[in-house]
Amino acid sequence: MAVITMREALNQALREELRRDETVFLMGEEVAEYQGAYKVTKGLWEEFGDKRVIDTPITELGFAGLGVGAAMVGLRPVIEFMTFNFSILATDQIINSAAKMLYMSGGQFKIPIVFRGPNGSAFQVSSQHSQALESWYAYFPGIKVVMPSTPADAKGLLKSAIRDDNPVIFMEQERMYGQKGEVPEEEDFTIPLGVADVKREGKDATIVARSLMVPLALKAAEELEKQGVSCEVIDPRTIRPLDIETIINSVKKTNRVVVAEESHPFCGVGAEISAEIHERAFDYLDAPVRRLSGAEVPMPYAKNLEKLAIPDVNQIIKAVREVAYLDS
Amino acid sequence: MATQVVMPKLSPTMEEGQISRWLKKEGDQVSMGEPLAEIDTDKATMEMQALGTGVLRKILINEGETAPLGQPIAIIGEANEDISSLLKAGAGTGAPKSQAQPEQEGAESLEQRAPADGTRAAQPSGNGAGATETDDGQGSGRLVVSPLAARMAAEAGINLRSLTGSGPGGRIIKRDIEAAMSAGGKAGAEDAAAQTPQRHLRAVAPSSQPTQFPAVEGASPYRDEPTSVMRQTIARRLVTSIGPIPHFFLTTEIEMDRVVEMRRSVNELDPELKVSINDVIIKAAAAALVQHPQVNASFQERNVRYYERADIGVAVAIEDGLITPVVRSADKKSLSQIASEVRELAERARSRKLLPEEYTGATFSISNLGMLGIDEFTAVINPPEAAILAVGAVTPKAVVRDGQIVVRQLMRVTMSCDHRVIDGATGARFLQTFKRLLENPLLMIV
Repeated sequence: MAVITMREALNQALREELRRDETVFLMGEEVAEYQGAYKVTKGLWEEFGDKRVIDTPITELGFAGLGVGAAMVGLRPVIEFMTFNFSILATDQIINSAAKMLYMSGGQFKIPIVFRGPNGSAFQVSSQHSQALESWYAYFPGIKVVMPSTPADAKGLLKSAIRDDNPVIFMEQERMYGQKGEVPEEEDFTIPLGVADVKREGKDATIVARSLMVPLALKAAEELEKQGVSCEVIDPRTIRPLDIETIINSVKKTNRVVVAEESHPFCGVGAEISAEIHERAFDYLDAPVRRLSGAEVPMPYAKNLEKLAIPDVNQIIKAVREVAYLDS
Repeated sequence: MATQVVMPKLSPTMEEGQISRWLKKEGDQVSMGEPLAEIDTDKATMEMQALGTGVLRKILINEGETAPLGQPIAIIGEANEDISSLLKAGAGTGAPKSQAQPEQEGAESLEQRAPADGTRAAQPSGNGAGATETDDGQGSGRLVVSPLAARMAAEAGINLRSLTGSGPGGRIIKRDIEAAMSAGGKAGAEDAAAQTPQRHLRAVAPSSQPTQFPAVEGASPYRDEPTSVMRQTIARRLVTSIGPIPHFFLTTEIEMDRVVEMRRSVNELDPELKVSINDVIIKAAAAALVQHPQVNASFQERNVRYYERADIGVAVAIEDGLITPVVRSADKKSLSQIASEVRELAERARSRKLLPEEYTGATFSISNLGMLGIDEFTAVINPPEAAILAVGAVTPKAVVRDGQIVVRQLMRVTMSCDHRVIDGATGARFLQTFKRLLENPLLMIV
């Protein structure tokens, strides 16, 4: 298998889908001539030209709406938000149009659209540009939400997202674009949406982590192994639909759970997972589900404070030891 | 975060412990697993290990003082952490016995409703507050137990109120149930000795009723000597036995001439062996138990537990009490093995160095007062065993054999039986076998 970066994996997925299906097109700020703010769309404008790779003005609500209209008439738009922070401007099109159109048209209009871009914290881009917004979109019926944590998952899931007939929010992580990993070279490698991945098997505690938290959870698990605690790390990969079965099966085995997330805790995805676990596996819990979330503050600009606002490996280790009653 | 160190359960029957010696001073750094203190239990002096890492901030119970299970005895935390709330909480649960009763009850219920901030969480009754004098002994406090532990206990038929939780605030968690299950099923597990008694052991002693001593006018002067923890345990344990267990007694007389002769020749052949009559009796009882599994049993309310091995508890008198070290699998051991094992266990029993797994989990017990010149007596069953054999002295007596008066070495034994498990005829058949084995000791080796 080739070892490539997350950025290259996403680029491959886009290129392969653009080649495979001529109804697929890309649209967003700087995606064409500048090749993407994070170079995810590198070389695509050159290969597919103006009609398939389209630069837009700084008008998120506008081009999101263009995308929804294009999808209604049979195209498969992939809309890039430079970051998901800017998708906030486009929420009316995403939530009110894309998510509800199939339902409100009595099944006449499916919306096969992907909104993609980086989500969550970056490096010192402060409060307005460091937000993890997955719980916003996962909240609404009618949208799928995908958050890959490895190059292979990114590629396989993005291809499935583009082929899906429903609106898909595809959330990348700016800090992870340069992360390398093995990616299968098969002709048509895809990963189905809605299937969690057990990133590491273990028996004493389960860490549910997504996106940026997955590599941290794996590092924590490695450290904990040395301390005699065997951790299972589960990456749901798709937030909605959520593969709760895989999580529940793991909880039944380990009896203890830590949910690690970059986002705020209140009404967050971690809260949802925690509630599901309590509803479905109450009798298997030896300790309350422990959430480890981003701090309840707007993301600070200062580097030292920014670091403190996101869970780190030590906090994950501490939380696992807590649910396993190792320090009590 | 600062945590309280509570009086741990270091023996299966322990209800309180006395700090014999602190191995750390206030201000000393401690890390998990390090010895923290030596504690006198009802059975032995045991080392207590630290279950957390930090600085020993405060010693709440001084050397020589006693605390019930679960009572905070020290606080471990960061060097400069504020521990005032823990100190207050410690004062609440570990209040001296003079504290006013109504106040204590009020404080307890409030504490239990308080949010679990990890410092003032409720102690389950049965340790902590539950073991103080203000408790009604019925375990009416709210149990703190994880859902998993509750389900496991229900499936295994374990009474949660008999457990001490090792989680935060005394929460009963998975490992406590596992410990209780392995303690209960110990007779079947060869490796049960590997479990660590420090962290979690089953509480088996039911609540005791306080004894009333009526004051009598004009009675003799007297002096009171405080009862030792061991004497209290003996009292409590035996009350729980003769009371709830319907005892009955079977006595038989056994000709020991051949055993006496056998023992003499064995010890002549190898003086190092030092086989005693009692060793032969242990061997015979074990062999008979294997043939009569109904006697090698235990009444368990909903079922009768039959043991696969004959693990014989041998009552050993020690200063201020007695203890019954266990000869495991006595049915499979040779006389010389039994002899050396009993000698070694008895020695360590006298120096109070037995480990809990060495004096618990017998399937049958033998008490021998023959060496003290007792001809015949009855013994009190050591629950959950179903029987105990009281052995008298071997003495020469005139008996009639084939119409002639002859001298024989006779020994009287009385077996106390738990009638819920053993019926008269069952017990009698066991004794028949036992008698036949001792009167024909060759049978034990064929």
